[in-house]
Amino acid sequence: MRTLTKPSFFARSTCGAVIIAALTGLALGSGVAEGTMAVAIDNFAFTPATITVKPGTTVTFENRDDIPHSVVDADGKFHSKALDTNDTFQVTFDQPGEYIYYCGLHPHMKGKVVVAP
Amino acid sequence: MSRDDDKGLDRRQALECMIWAGTGVLWTLSGGVPKSALLGTAQAAEAGFSFLQISDSHVGFDKPANPNALGTLNEAIDKIVAMPARPSFMIHTGDISHLSKAKQFDDADQAIGRAKLDVRYVPGEHDMIDENNGKAYLERYGKNAKGAGWYAFDQQGVHFIGLVNVVDLKAGGMGNLGAEQLAWLADDLKDKSASTPIVVFAHIPLWTVAPDWGWGTQDSAQALSLLSRFGSVTVLNGHIHQLMQKVEGAVSFYTARSTAFPQPVPGSAASPGPMAVPAGDLRKYLGVRSVAFHQGNEPLAVTDAALAS
Repeated sequence: MRTLTKPSFFARSTCGAVIIAALTGLALGSGVAEGTMAVAIDNFAFTPATITVKPGTTVTFENRDDIPHSVVDADGKFHSKALDTNDTFQVTFDQPGEYIYYCGLHPHMKGKVVVAP
Repeated sequence: MSRDDDKGLDRRQALECMIWAGTGVLWTLSGGVPKSALLGTAQAAEAGFSFLQISDSHVGFDKPANPNALGTLNEAIDKIVAMPARPSFMIHTGDISHLSKAKQFDDADQAIGRAKLDVRYVPGEHDMIDENNGKAYLERYGKNAKGAGWYAFDQQGVHFIGLVNVVDLKAGGMGNLGAEQLAWLADDLKDKSASTPIVVFAHIPLWTVAPDWGWGTQDSAQALSLLSRFGSVTVLNGHIHQLMQKVEGAVSFYTARSTAFPQPVPGSAASPGPMAVPAGDLRKYLGVRSVAFHQGNEPLAVTDAALAS
């Protein structure tokens, strides 16, 4: 099963910051934006820990802690680099299914993305 | 912190003194059992030999909990340089750097080098996050190590084992040693007599301190069972940026202070992240440790000294 297509990593760049600001704005405005979703890493936890999205949705993970974290799929389908404070990582989920992921540095931190039509 | 009510009063009192006196810890190995002593006491000077432990330098960390982690590492090294009794060597129990960057390792090496001691390292998870999954650490510190950086050496009859429990971590788990390292450990120990004093050091605690925060090692029971026939086992860890101690049979466990920033006592905060304390108090939470080994039947002496004194 091939799923993820475009994992990408933004270092702390203007580009990444702008995109995050936009995502945050959308999420605040309408609850869930079509095609995008944000997961924050706060206090050693993925928040929200479980999200349900439609195929094709791009999920942006942002580390808001003072400690680096990473985002690693339990089945090895995607993994980020270590994300320093305010760094982000994006994965686009094309295929329906459940994706369990965790932090490669602090593996007790787990999350789940459910992709359903 | 565990209690040892039969005979632990002296040690506990000493530890409490040390915590508040705020100097360094001198580990003294006496007949294989660690004892703590305040730095500069006659006890340390009489040791068969002593060594130092520093941990969790996080060079490169610049957040509010400590805007200058390199500065406090240098203060720790100043303390070491000023010690009256010269230790035989030093161990660093990981998180040398904050982000595994070459500049952070360079800065750490320069600061630690001022101690002019042979330094034995094990990696923390922060040291293995370069783009090549630990290559930067292993090229610098792991030349004579096996696998992800584990090794053993002997010092005046004491067998030292540096373990790596910060790589190949599993979803939902804690620290991890892995089958290959456990097989190596079994082989390393098989010809050792049960009376050989053993010192094991690794980054993440080898006893479960707080599973909700990942403060433990998934397969540590397998390592400890390999060590169970030995009469004196001392386990030294970092990772949790605070002093904790536990005695289980012949095994004494100790976690060390960081030289960079404190972390909360388990259950006292929402997460194990860096704990901001009033700037004037930071150095009460940071420190170095000495361990001294005496020939004979006394335990290793473990002395923790905070930077603030």
